[in-house]
Amino acid sequence: MTRYILRRALLAVPTLLGVSLAVFLMLHFLPGDPVLMMLTEHAGQQAPSSNTDITAEQYENMRHELGLDQPLYVQYGRFIWRALHGDLGKSFRSQAPVVDTIIDNIPYTFVLAMAGLGVSVALGLVLGIIAAINRDTWIDGATMTLAVASISMPNFWFGIMLLLIFALQLRLLPAVGPPMQLKSLILPAVALGFRSSASVARLMRSSLVEVVHEDYVRTARAKGLTERAVILRHALKNALIPVVTIVGLQFGSMLSGATIIETVFARPGIGKLAVTAVVQKDFPLIQGTILFTAVIYVIANFLVDMSYAWLDPRVRYH
Amino acid sequence: MSMAVKPTAAPITAMEGQSAKQGASMTLLALRSLARKPIPMLGLAVLVITILLVILAPVMTPYDPAKMSPTEALQGPSARHLLGTDGFGRDQLTRILYGGRLSLQVGLISVGIGLWAGLVVGSVAGYFGGWADEAIGRLIDIMMAFPGILLAMTIVAVLGISIPNLMIAVGVSSIPAFTRLIRGGVLSARENDYVLAARAIGCSDLAIIRRHLIPNIMAPILVYATLRIATAILASASLNFLGMGAKPPTPEWGLMLSESRSFIRTAWWLATFPGLAIMATVISINVLGDGLRDAFDPWMKGK
Repeated sequence: MTRYILRRALLAVPTLLGVSLAVFLMLHFLPGDPVLMMLTEHAGQQAPSSNTDITAEQYENMRHELGLDQPLYVQYGRFIWRALHGDLGKSFRSQAPVVDTIIDNIPYTFVLAMAGLGVSVALGLVLGIIAAINRDTWIDGATMTLAVASISMPNFWFGIMLLLIFALQLRLLPAVGPPMQLKSLILPAVALGFRSSASVARLMRSSLVEVVHEDYVRTARAKGLTERAVILRHALKNALIPVVTIVGLQFGSMLSGATIIETVFARPGIGKLAVTAVVQKDFPLIQGTILFTAVIYVIANFLVDMSYAWLDPRVRYH
Repeated sequence: MSMAVKPTAAPITAMEGQSAKQGASMTLLALRSLARKPIPMLGLAVLVITILLVILAPVMTPYDPAKMSPTEALQGPSARHLLGTDGFGRDQLTRILYGGRLSLQVGLISVGIGLWAGLVVGSVAGYFGGWADEAIGRLIDIMMAFPGILLAMTIVAVLGISIPNLMIAVGVSSIPAFTRLIRGGVLSARENDYVLAARAIGCSDLAIIRRHLIPNIMAPILVYATLRIATAILASASLNFLGMGAKPPTPEWGLMLSESRSFIRTAWWLATFPGLAIMATVISINVLGDGLRDAFDPWMKGK
């Protein structure tokens, strides 16, 4: 198992380096001159009404400050070195360290992602089990149709509809509120998790349907157990194994979905931060948030691989 | 006297008819089986109707999608404005029809970009293997390290916010999936005897890939491309919702939903109908794609 972990960890390292290189190079592929862009932002904020003509000396100073007068590999090395020491530069807009801004927003996104994952798993398992127990009936058709409908639905539109119905019309839940409060978390979590629950439901159903052909299930039926008891007491545990792995992979779609859901519900978080940074062209913040999210995603996938190897020992010897 | 056999107009015998039927391509058989399935056919019908409606938008509605009419602002659905009007008095149905043009364009063009790039990169990786495959594999891993919409957002951040850049962003973010699919198909297809035969008669590698490998793996690729159009439409709507594509007053479904938030308390129709339009289009493509996949899947045929 240790060798497997080391092997997979070593494979993850080049991916992480590649991600960091892609994010670093972003600044160098921008249309226009990043130095001019940063100087214009600086000057505009400090004295909005003053003349923003930039002198050659200011240009060279900024170029030197950003390290853009160095060879590319030196710049990348410094970027990695600083990133590993928790320095991702300063936001153009707020001048606050990017790392601090990200750390302030992590808890909100984490809580939302976990809540969304909970909704996705709970709803997906229930729908999948109902479909499997009632397979080839109208209930099966209806639950699978609901699954197709949910993946075809834009999650931001679903969020707006939830707001409209439950917050504004029925007034059962608040439209906005303290982001860590449970009541404020319900609608965003459902909006985030509903779409992913479709994949869980379909996988749960097909996994259960496969497992019911096993001998031990035939034995349970022969003993006279109801179909419900056969599924829930005997088939479910083994059918859960592939579902557990997809749940781990769902974390990535939670991170991606949080980007939009945080905007819909005006919640703070890394996703909202990334969106605002892109729209405002705040490049240090764009780099920081995207690098952070990608690194978390790679680590999450690595942990999912490990849990899969732990659950199914055959994987380790592949 | 010539003993040449004259061509006759005699009807095809049962035996000739049988071999003609057996000779029918897999594609035709798969499409025939698809035509017998009601739900994919319903999806196809809805899609065709949607496409016709958006193409014929200027004929379907007398209103200009950008023309403001302040006196008619925020009117609910009525006989005059079937889906109501927005904050500037613009007819919502008109804007949805014109917005559909943009969504379908983005869907088709971005999938075209992903498919074309995936064909090139995936077939090189699958056919030649070795260091090319390794390098491409690492690049794909890096692209797939950006979850979901974040890769498209990164590209928009670099290129700038505009509709063409959005198409490129959505297209590029679909390259990894196409590359992996095509690479896998080429990897298994290159072991076939017809490839060996083609090499033996002196076909170049490029000719083998273009003329022999790709046509034989196109069926699952086209199925995936169909499903991917649905994903692209959703991704494009999401990016437009976030303000990373079309700018007002361009009618676009995601942008319309973003603008509807300001009026959510007073004008429920502004938030409802563009979303239903997206959903109807995407569902129809998804069920059609699912039907195509089932029709081409030989394992499913064995059931």
